[in-house]
Amino acid sequence: MKISTIGYSVKQGIKNIFRNKMFSLASVATMGACIFLLGIFFCIVVNFQNMVKQAETGVSVSVYFVKGINQERISEIGDLIRKRVEVSECRFVSAEEAWSDFQKDYFKGNEDLAAGLEDDNPLADSEHYEIFLSDVSMQNSLVIYLQSLEGVRQVNKSEMVADTLSNFNVLIGYVSIGIIGILLAVSVFLISNTVIVGIAVRKEEIAIMKLIGATDVFIRAPFVVEGILIGLVGSGIPLILLHILYNEVVEFIEGRFSTLTIQFLTFLPSSYVFSKLIPMSLAIGLGIGFLGSFFTLRKHLKV
Amino acid sequence: MISLEHVTKSYTVGVPAVKDLNLQIEKGEFVFVVGNSGSGKSTLLKLLIKELEPTEGRIVVNGQELNTMKRKQIPKFRRGIGFVYQDFRLLKDRNVYENIAFAQRVIQTPGKQIKRRVPAMLSMIGLAEKYRSFPKELSGGEQQRVALARALVNDPNILLADEPTGNLDPKNSWDIMKLLEEVNETGTTVVVVTHNREIVNAMKKRVVALDDGAIISDEKKGVYENEN
Repeated sequence: MKISTIGYSVKQGIKNIFRNKMFSLASVATMGACIFLLGIFFCIVVNFQNMVKQAETGVSVSVYFVKGINQERISEIGDLIRKRVEVSECRFVSAEEAWSDFQKDYFKGNEDLAAGLEDDNPLADSEHYEIFLSDVSMQNSLVIYLQSLEGVRQVNKSEMVADTLSNFNVLIGYVSIGIIGILLAVSVFLISNTVIVGIAVRKEEIAIMKLIGATDVFIRAPFVVEGILIGLVGSGIPLILLHILYNEVVEFIEGRFSTLTIQFLTFLPSSYVFSKLIPMSLAIGLGIGFLGSFFTLRKHLKV
Repeated sequence: MISLEHVTKSYTVGVPAVKDLNLQIEKGEFVFVVGNSGSGKSTLLKLLIKELEPTEGRIVVNGQELNTMKRKQIPKFRRGIGFVYQDFRLLKDRNVYENIAFAQRVIQTPGKQIKRRVPAMLSMIGLAEKYRSFPKELSGGEQQRVALARALVNDPNILLADEPTGNLDPKNSWDIMKLLEEVNETGTTVVVVTHNREIVNAMKKRVVALDDGAIISDEKKGVYENEN
């Protein structure tokens, strides 16, 4: 295709949008509604996943050593643990630290009760590594590995919490794929319908073009340009609205439920969310606009 | 230039719109195709531009065999043929200049050439002053002249016209026919489907008469006799 023809197709595509204002508006609204819903869903999912991830970071595995183990072997075990990909943090807790933490937790307000045990640490053999995971679904494989290490006496894990969080994450993944799939299918269907109506309106023009000797590519090009532009505008407008809405909602929740936001509700910054959502939405808008017009035209251009 | 050998076209099984047509039209000829409604005139034109496929028979137009022509080759083939309709089929949302230029843009003619060619066509049809008018602002005769300019702007070897005067008064009908004759004098083969007995009889051109899908007469310098 010649450059002048590309220019002509772009110009005609833009003109077509304005010639058929109502159809263009309907298409933009359809696309906008779908991208808006998709965007809301995306914001909820990424924040939810982030909250689950935050909760996961609190899940730890403790590794205790056999009696009489030397410090050199403890360090070796620590090095081996840190090399594992699923480990995000590995901290050595000495017997003294363990006793001090225990006192803080269980003798809070009654510190004098622990005073009698001052020179006799009841947790003398409790030095251990406290391991935090980057992915709780890998806890079991890590525990099996840790149990196989020489010098390890016992491995404590929080199986239920890890399993629940892991399953929850998988569930969110499936639900996301399902809902996004449905929304995309609805978008393609609606865009395709508006393109069919657009073709019906310009059926005579297309027929004249065919009889004059226009190639299919030449006839299709303005429609595809139109589809792409509608797709881009239809995804751009809801992105602006979503950005405003996201900041407002996060601000509202953080102000209204300040206690919860410190412990559980930690929201991702809008810059992070939209750095993913903007390219995704524009790509979807462009893709649906292109595919919707391209395939619908192919089906209806046999003049 | 145009050759039909034993061409039959049936829309539904057993009911042919044209049957066993044998017709040869030489380069530079002017031919009227006449006949009653439903005699197969429009079907014949549609077969010549490969808008329809024959059920049987062989068609050769502009040296190209249509039966074996691939879909991809159709646009290039149609560029050698101009087509004029009874109802003009102009693009209502484009002005006179754009309607004519449209035919050149469609075949990707360079912009400079379009700017030279379109005004020349406008002068030929006598509408140079009205190049910015939209179809609804023109009379039927003027609209048909624009349609004719659009059909001729790409210099086709063959011009097919389907009832070009069907919607026009006698004066405008004659104007259009004179234009078609001028076009023919430049070497373009012209095939005109018409009901206009007065024009056919006055112009003394070749007349092919169809009845019930078959050729019933084919005369050089013929007349349109059979109307019932």
